[in-house]
Order: sequence, then structure tokens, then C-alpha cells
Amino acid sequence: MTKEYKTITEISGPLVFVEKTEPVGFGELVEIRTASGEVKRGQVLDTSDEIVVVQVFEGTGGLSKDSSVRFTGDVIKMPLSPSIIGRVLSGSGRPRDGGPPIVPEVEREIIGAAINPASREKPRAFIQTGISTIDGTNTLVRGQKLPIFSGAGLPHNDVALQIARQAKVLGEAEQFAVVFCAMGITNEEAQHFMADFERTGALERAVIFLNLADDPAVERLLTPKLGLTTAEYLAFDLDMHVLVIYTDMTNYCESLRQMGAAREEVPGRRGYPGYMYTDLATNYERAGIIKGKKGSITQFPILTMPGDDITHPIPDLSGYITEGQLIVSRELHRKGIYPPIDIRPSLSRLMNSGIGAGHTREDHRAVSDQLYAYYAEGCDLRGLAAIVGKEALSERDKLILEFADQFERRFVNQGRDEDRSIIETLTIGWELLSMLPESMLTRIDDKYIKKYHPKYAGTAKKE
Amino acid sequence: MEVGRIKRVAGPVVQAVGLKASMYDLVLVGEEGLMSEVIGISGDKHIIQVYEDTSGLKPGEPVKETGGPLVAQLGPGILTQIYDGVQRPLPLLAEKSGDFISRGLFVDGVDHKKKWEFQPLVKKGDRVKPGQPIGVVQEQLLIKHKIMVPPKHKGGVVKEIYSGNFTVEETVCVLEDGSQLTMLQKWPVRQARPVVRKLPPTIPLRTGQRVIDGFFPLAKGGTAAIPGGFGTGKTVMQQTLSKWADVDIVIYVGCGERGNEMADLLHEFPELVDPRTNRPLLERSIVYANTSNMPVAAREASIYTGMTTAEYYRDMGYDVLMTADSTSRWAEAMRELASRLEEMPGEEGYPAYLAARLADFYERAGRAEILAGGEGSVAVVGAVSPPGGDFTEPVTQNTLRIVKVFWALDSRLTQRRHFPSINWLDSYSLYEKDLESWYAENVAPDWNQLKRRAMAILQENAELEEIVMLVGSDALPEDQQLTLEVARMIINFWLAQSAFHPVDTFCPYKKQYDLLKAILTYRDYAFDALRRGVAVDQIKSVPSKDALAKLKMVEDYEPELKRVMDQMKAEFEALK
Repeated sequence: MTKEYKTITEISGPLVFVEKTEPVGFGELVEIRTASGEVKRGQVLDTSDEIVVVQVFEGTGGLSKDSSVRFTGDVIKMPLSPSIIGRVLSGSGRPRDGGPPIVPEVEREIIGAAINPASREKPRAFIQTGISTIDGTNTLVRGQKLPIFSGAGLPHNDVALQIARQAKVLGEAEQFAVVFCAMGITNEEAQHFMADFERTGALERAVIFLNLADDPAVERLLTPKLGLTTAEYLAFDLDMHVLVIYTDMTNYCESLRQMGAAREEVPGRRGYPGYMYTDLATNYERAGIIKGKKGSITQFPILTMPGDDITHPIPDLSGYITEGQLIVSRELHRKGIYPPIDIRPSLSRLMNSGIGAGHTREDHRAVSDQLYAYYAEGCDLRGLAAIVGKEALSERDKLILEFADQFERRFVNQGRDEDRSIIETLTIGWELLSMLPESMLTRIDDKYIKKYHPKYAGTAKKE
Repeated sequence: MEVGRIKRVAGPVVQAVGLKASMYDLVLVGEEGLMSEVIGISGDKHIIQVYEDTSGLKPGEPVKETGGPLVAQLGPGILTQIYDGVQRPLPLLAEKSGDFISRGLFVDGVDHKKKWEFQPLVKKGDRVKPGQPIGVVQEQLLIKHKIMVPPKHKGGVVKEIYSGNFTVEETVCVLEDGSQLTMLQKWPVRQARPVVRKLPPTIPLRTGQRVIDGFFPLAKGGTAAIPGGFGTGKTVMQQTLSKWADVDIVIYVGCGERGNEMADLLHEFPELVDPRTNRPLLERSIVYANTSNMPVAAREASIYTGMTTAEYYRDMGYDVLMTADSTSRWAEAMRELASRLEEMPGEEGYPAYLAARLADFYERAGRAEILAGGEGSVAVVGAVSPPGGDFTEPVTQNTLRIVKVFWALDSRLTQRRHFPSINWLDSYSLYEKDLESWYAENVAPDWNQLKRRAMAILQENAELEEIVMLVGSDALPEDQQLTLEVARMIINFWLAQSAFHPVDTFCPYKKQYDLLKAILTYRDYAFDALRRGVAVDQIKSVPSKDALAKLKMVEDYEPELKRVMDQMKAEFEALK
């Protein structure tokens, strides 16, 4: 039987200060009952003999000095059972779909312990997303965490949804289970996601956590941790392959800053707390594969870069933790190209382990490098052409300029429901490269040119 | 030992009362005995940083003293290990607690049960001094582990010495004063191990990488920084160094890096073969892996733990290379802990002692006369990950003030797929002067002039390229066009080096010299021809020039080089 205290001395923002308690554990779950009988939950942030500081997740509105505080003696845990699949929960894990509470088979601490690096399996199973700019040039593998860096007003949500719909591992029938965590997104955006999940039947193999823009900001700090705890359960207890999409990490970081300020902490860069790197890492690092386990966790965090600035602390720190990034470009979006992924600053660090013979196709690396090289050169030439005029360029340069345009139109651009196989993607790549004379394909081995270049398509078959 | 009690818990920082522990003493916090360190004493309170997650810890729980600071266990069996930041072997942690690392686990850094064959090096009646080897253990096929009198022991006369199989805890030697020596030493990680004196950095650490050995050499016992934004090839660079550097022991500290990347490293490393001995590289390596989501205090400690093991092997007379990836993560760990302690922040929130800590750490590197007599060295290569690729941030700046070599990784070179992507204009090595005489004696007398000439050409090239951007290369005078061409040859034929090509991955000094000399010989012929009135296009298209490009890929290049150079001479003579 745990005691209730009526010794609140101060309420400040999301923080509640409680005096004269029995020893209370750090990180313990707290329940606070308001005069009207409503119960709010919180977590212990600082505990000492004299005073306990509680961070309240569901907002401190309605709390007063008369509210009674109960320390549960346990840290926050997520109730889990197979029946969680298909449920819609709030940002703090309560049912939001009108269904019954989850009857737990197990309860897990939401602050996940780190996976022992020695127990990790190297990720190398190629995931086909059906999007050429990902499969072809920034290949995703199972167990990777690949964020989408975007800006306000860009179609990053559509890209994420398309990935969730189409992602599959070749040769395996099983589809990915989806854990979707919304943090501070608008109701409309949430509707958009939900409608798509319903339309495609994805909801049946998804767990959804919704913290909307008008839900308490502090609750957002909990949402990804609940989502990832669920993902770990699905992956490592139920042997499922899980795709975790969370949006928008920027809102999460804003909450982190808000909490830091409320606690009067010494701020770091741009007012974000100094521990933001570690905090982000405790989310992002919960991706991967464990030796001897069937399941896996692949992450797609979405974050909008404030002012499209990639050096802003949120994308910057994320980039140092995640295994690459996909950059959604405003320029391509304005040109009407979908998905507007700019391959130049995008990167998949685990690409090499998932491509080539036995994974995709032997010529994949070479084709990708060659496409990269001429597209990048073409983009540089656009600047030059703007100054001196297209006519002043050499024949070679004009060709490359044309290549870059075609690349955007045919390789980057695709339909929202167009699910290209990796072979289709590589074929488009070869068609584009065949615009250029063969002597310019310096990064591709002759034997691949003979085998895959459209010019030799007839001869290769005879062999 | 005193037992105190917890007064306050806030994240990884705990306050406790009733302790007598000194600064940096190791204490065990709470019922679970979480590994922690005293980092401040104020009034009757001890301020403690906990190396593990503190969830559930309550005021009133006990805090036990251990009577000493955080130590590294040093003895046979460290090599080939994969540790976390506080020297707990990760595979053993996995055995104990499964795939996720749970709290309060204690695992010895060195196996206390395994028996090693101890061969004595001293006999009864010998006088031994601190640091002197008293015996030797064959730790790996090619590495002899010397068992030394601990540096802080006063030494004495050997009363008894044994030989045979022992565990690290069993006595192998008794001195006349009754002290018993074992094969195990414990050393506080934050304290540098003593040497007789530091020696000047006059011997280069050969890496087989032309841009490094040739232009920006590292000395044995030297310090270098590799700053670069994400995706500029720091990791490949560090792996290449681990593979080719002519050192005896390699220590890799993964400090706050990615879990999947560590998995990749742990997967690849055992398969890497030391090209010089054909033995697995792991046999002469130690890996510290503390990923970014492992406790922040252990991340802060990992750099020191790594350095202590490096110094230990140096004390045996070995040359050691320690690579730390990345020191920025380490600095951030310091910042995080400082902010939890509510210390007054310095620049960008980093603690004011950032520069001092960085200096302390890099100062532990060096070539030294060791206590046992003879020499050993610890070279440190620290990766720096500047936020947003901005080199003006405090960690990069403070590092540059201390380290002597700066390899600036350049994302523009990466995008052009030029590897190693070390920018030849921004990088520098302050060992150049110290090493000049070594190069002149051991490589070629004119080596230093040769590289200064090459550097001058690259410098001129950079200036000319700016003009070319505006007016195009055809508008340049002929001699400048030729300089551009020679610079292009230096860049593509010499500076660019493939880490994945079986021959090109390692380039011996002699070959580095011969190839550069050949390029500059072409330059001399070319300018001579130009003076005679030969057209630039003709000079640029001599066939022997392109033959030079392929030479770096050839193992036995000398006969071919001679043929190419003879051909070049003849071709230029034929030009009118």
C-alpha cells in the first residue's frame, strides 16, 4: 500500500515539487489526483530527502496544492501483449480508439537498456522500398535507422507512407509491422496517416501512438520510448520485422528544450539541453538486429529542419547518430518532382552491405556511383549555364546538363503508388547512362557495360 | 570501508553523505551496487557520477566505498578483447545478462581463472627496479607480454621466482621484503603511467599512405586529429591506419558511436589480416566499444581506459597506436556531466576545463624512455566530429592547439570520390621538421626538397584554378597550363590512393619517392620542351605520361618505371 501525499509546495510549468516523502526512486511513476478526481501521471526527475521533483506528462492544468500525490514505487512500464497490434494509443500509451485497456502479458521498462554491441548482428538484408532514389542510390537495409530530413510544407509524410506501404525484403513474403509514433503533429496530418493506414490495410499490422499538437508537450518525451519498447517486443519477442516511423522529431526536441528550461538547466547550443545527443541516441540506437533473433527494428524518423538548415542542432546531432539521411529538397518539390529526394546530400551508410551480387545486382554500386557523379556535375553546370548561357558550354557539358534534367524527370520522379522493383530502377539508370557516350562511363567496369548497357542488350542474350 | 547513504538522485549524478572517499574514488551505489565515481566533495556531501542507468535509485540506499579510484586491470589476456568503456568484456556481459546490457554487473577486465605460462627473466638474488620485466608470457603468437614490477612498487631483491602455469592472481615472484608479485597490475585510469623521460618525435610512424607519409607525416608517439563532418570517410581512414601503421599494438576506442557501425567493426575486425604477418589483426588489437546510448559517464571514462592500456604496452617497449572515434562525443559527455553538476559553462556549453582535459589526454601520448630501459611509444589519432562540419567549434579548435598533425577531411573530395579525402592545402604536420633528417637518411637525400616542390605546385594550382573558374583553362598562358597538368598528375597519380586495391593500399617509402620523382621529372622535361617552343598539347599528350598513372597499382614497379622513364626521355627528345 503506497501512501498518498498532500505536500505539494510548488507547481511550475510541467514540474511539481513535493515535500516530506518516504524515499522515492529516481524515474518512478507518479500519479497525481486532482480535486475533481482526474488522475495525471508523471515521473520523478530529481529525488532527495527533502524534496521530490515530478514532471507531469499530461499537463499541470487543474493541479493545486490540495492535489494528492501517489508514488507507485515502480518506473514507467509499457503493458504489452500480442493484442496490441492494430491498436491506436495516446502519446502516453492509453487507448485512444475507444477499445479496452491492454491486458499485459509482459510489462517492460520504457527506458530500454542498450543492446550489447557484441550481440548485434550486422544489418545487410536489402529492403526494397520501390522508390528509385532510395533503392538505387541510398539503399536501405533491415535494422538501419535512416531519417528523413525535410522542411515545412514538403511531402515527407507521403514519402514515409509510401515506404511503409511498399517496403519488403525480396524473397520474403512477410510484410513489415509498423509502429507509428506521432509527436505534436496536427490533427489533419494524423488523419492523413490514419486514412492511409486504413486504406491499405496497414492498420492490421500496426501499433499507433498519437500525440497531437494540442496534447501536452511533455507527453511527447514519452511517445517514442513507448513506441520503441513496443517495437522491441514485436521484434525480439514475437519475431516480427518492425518498421518504426516517428514524426516529427523536431517537436520532440522542442519539448526537450522546454523541459530543460522549466528545470532551469544550463542550456547548450541554441538553448537545447546539453544531453540532447545522448537523449536522441537512446531513441535512435534502439534499431538493429540481434544475433540469433528473427525479428528486426528499422527506423524512419522524420524531422523538419527549422529554416531548411541542416546545421541546426536537431538534424546535426541526428546525422551523427543515424546511419545516413534522406534529404527532401524544396527545389525539386517546386519543380513538381515527387518524391523530391535530393540524392547529393543524402547518404545511406549501410548501403554497401546490402547491395551487389547476392543482394541486388552486381552492377549496382558502379551504376549508382556513375549516376551520382554525372548528376552532381550536371547540377554544378546549371550554375555555370546560368552565368554564361547554355550555348557557351562545351558539347560534353551540354550532354551532362541534359542528363541531369532527365535524371530528375525519369529516375527521381515517380508516382505515389508506383512500386518499382530494384531491377526496374537499375534499368532506368542504365537507360539514362546510355545518353552518354560509352567512353564517359569511367566508373563502370567494362564487363558490366557489356552485360547491362542497353546497346548490348541483344548480344548479351546470345551468350 | 565506510558505507554512506544516498541523499539525492538527479539523472546520472548522485549525492551521498557519510563517505570518506577521495576524489575520483570508485564507489558502488545503491542496493544493486552500480559502478560510480566520486567527482566532487562539498561539505559533508560526496557528488558521484554513476556509470549506469539510475532509474529506481532511492535516497537512503547505501553507497559502498572500494577504497581506490577506477582502475584498469592490466595483465595477459587483454589483447583481442572487446570491452565497454569501463573495461568490462562485452561478450562476457552478454553471457551474464543477455543481449541487452543490464545494471550492476561486475566482470573482471582480465580473466582471473585462465592459466598462462610464465617464463622468468630474473633469478634469485637479482635486484629488480620498478617497471623492470621479471618474466614473460606468450600472450599471442607474435606478442610477448612482459610481466613487470609495478611502476609504483619500490622494487628489491628477488627472494623467489617461479616458472610454469599460473593465473594472473597467483604469486610468481617474492621479493626479500616479503612483497609478492603477480601477473596482474591495477592502474588508476586517470593517471598517466610514469616513464623516465619523454623523447623527441624523430622517427616517423609509417602508414604506407602517400598523402600522410609524404606530405603530413605522423611520428611515433605523435598526436593527430582527423576532423570531418559526417560521411567524409573518418572510419575507413582509421581502419586503414590500424591495418598498415608500423606499430606493435593497435587500440581502437569507439566512443559514443553507432551500434550498427560497432557491429560492423566487430564483424569485420576478426577477419582483417595483418598484411605483414598474415595473422589476424585482432591478435594485436584491443577494442573499446561504448555506443552512444550506453551510459554517458562510461563514455567519458572510455578514453582514459583505452589510454591506460596503451601506456601499459608502451611500458613493455612496444609502439602503440590508439585511435579514438570520436573525441567530440567524449567532450560532449564531459559537457553533459558538467551541466548535471550545474557547473558554470564555457564556450557553447562545454565546461571551462575542456581545453585542459584535452591537453591532459593528448599529453599522455609520446615516445618515451621507459622504466625498464629502452623505448616505447603511444601515438594517438583522434577523430573529431565538428557539428555542422564547422571547424571553428571549441572541440576542434582546442584539439588543434594541442595535436601536431591535422588531416583535414574534405567532403568535396569525398563527393569526387578522391580518397583518402585529406585536403592537401588545409592539412599540416608539425613533425615535418623533426622528421626531415630521418627521411633524408633513410629514404632519399633529396626527399624533402622533392616534396616541397610538389607542395609549391599544388599551391600554385589552387590559385590558378580560381582563375580557370572565371575564364576557362584555354585562356591561361602555356606555362600555367602545364602547371595545372602537373598538379593534376600529382593529385591523381600520387595523392589518390585506393584502400581497397591489393597493391595500392600500401605504398612503401621507396615507391612513394620514386613515383613523385618521376612526376617531377616529367615536369622538368615538359618545361624544358616548352622553352624550346614545343606546343603544350603535344607535351601533354606524350604516351609515357599516362603509363605513369598505372604504376601505383604495380607491385614490382621498378623495371616498368625504368622503361617508362626511358621512353619519356626519348619522347621528349623527339619533340621539336
